[in-house]
Amino acid sequence: MNLKNKSLWKVDVKTIVAIGIGAALFFVLGRFVAIPSPVPNTTINIQYGVLAFMAACFGPIAGCLIGLIGHFLIDLSAGWGIWWSWVIASAVFGFLVGLLGNRTRLAWGQFGKKGAINFNIAQVIAHAVAWIVIAPVLDILIYSEPANKVFLQGAVAAVANIITTAIIGTLLCFAWAKLVPDKSSLKKED
Amino acid sequence: MTNLFNYIPKDSPVHKLTGATKLAALLLLSFASMTTFDTRFLAGITILTFIMFGVSKIRFREVKALLWFTFVFMVLNNLLIYLFEPEQGVMLYGARHEICRLFGRYTLTQEQLFYHLNVILKYLCMIPLVILFVSTTNPSEFAASLNRIGVNYKICYAVSLALRYIPDIQREYHDISISLQARGVEMTKKEKLFKRLKNIVTILFPLIITSMARIETVSNAMELRSFGKNKKRTWYEARPFLPADIAVIVVSALLLVLSISLNFVNGGRFYNPFV
Repeated sequence: MNLKNKSLWKVDVKTIVAIGIGAALFFVLGRFVAIPSPVPNTTINIQYGVLAFMAACFGPIAGCLIGLIGHFLIDLSAGWGIWWSWVIASAVFGFLVGLLGNRTRLAWGQFGKKGAINFNIAQVIAHAVAWIVIAPVLDILIYSEPANKVFLQGAVAAVANIITTAIIGTLLCFAWAKLVPDKSSLKKED
Repeated sequence: MTNLFNYIPKDSPVHKLTGATKLAALLLLSFASMTTFDTRFLAGITILTFIMFGVSKIRFREVKALLWFTFVFMVLNNLLIYLFEPEQGVMLYGARHEICRLFGRYTLTQEQLFYHLNVILKYLCMIPLVILFVSTTNPSEFAASLNRIGVNYKICYAVSLALRYIPDIQREYHDISISLQARGVEMTKKEKLFKRLKNIVTILFPLIITSMARIETVSNAMELRSFGKNKKRTWYEARPFLPADIAVIVVSALLLVLSISLNFVNGGRFYNPFV
């Protein structure tokens, strides 16, 4: 199989399964794993680190749907109603990381300094768009909440998520790349 | 598996509706209550959902934990809104009837109270609806229902895979976390924040490896069975629509149309008794 020519937009059986299992991971980490943060009564959202990793591996469509399904299921089971503004923001985050993060390199088992920089630029942009633009704007449109409140909430969420994704996501990528044999080390015989 | 979505099987007209109907009604009504801020409409929907609660035979004490959580969340969000913008109501309704002055820039106005009433009503019509949906719909029906309302079956299959693997992944996470904690990986506040995040990765990594391996196995198995070859597939949990189902969908759709048309009648999203 020639991974290099595999399109970013192709949805094969593996992508479907990755969406399902990725959403299950997102759900479990988001719903049941509470890691205390320095701010009282808030916990660290580690699921976005994993979402970024999955999106970088499986592309924008998988990232988008993992965020959408995972977050929707969390809202459904938590009982606070479905907050479409934040569900959609999660989907946008997954989509953007999949689009901007370089896909083939990670699947190939190549993830060096360049990959790490690329991955982190992607996740910072994606978090900023999702939490500082999409979520607050939708909150204002749907719920007519005060602008300064939702933008502050969004900015706090963005900063916290960027930091956790930078640490968790990058470490996951490095560890994963070490595990997968570097496919470019093999050459086809002429 | 613990009851993840709080499904309570009972014999009631609401339980007898197909999952697809309830999902369609949930989506239609949640969009209806999102588009408008008309107080009368929101109050109507709220009353309707409470009546449905009665019909469904779900008792309030069975969903007490969910409701309590929701109540705290609602109070907190309202407080936050007031702290950040005590004049939000005045801005939205374009009038100002002051009741009393509290301190600094915090005054109590009729418009602000009315705005908060609307925000609370938005919760009150949305949250019981979601709780009603999860407690009367069998999770195994989700995927079939999604397909029924027009979502591509491959995506529905992803949803059903997610529901299938949530308990497995939950158990796996628990096992890994406990065995690593026994080896001295600290996750509580005793550890510094950065170290704590690194420790999470120690737990996450085995979880990711097994999940990636699982993706490989499951997708191979599905490919061997020619998943995705045909345009359509059938579902074990799918049920045919009954007249009651069609009635519920039609009523929900009409309510959505009503909420959209109210935006034109009121000349905006708000029902404004002040001007």
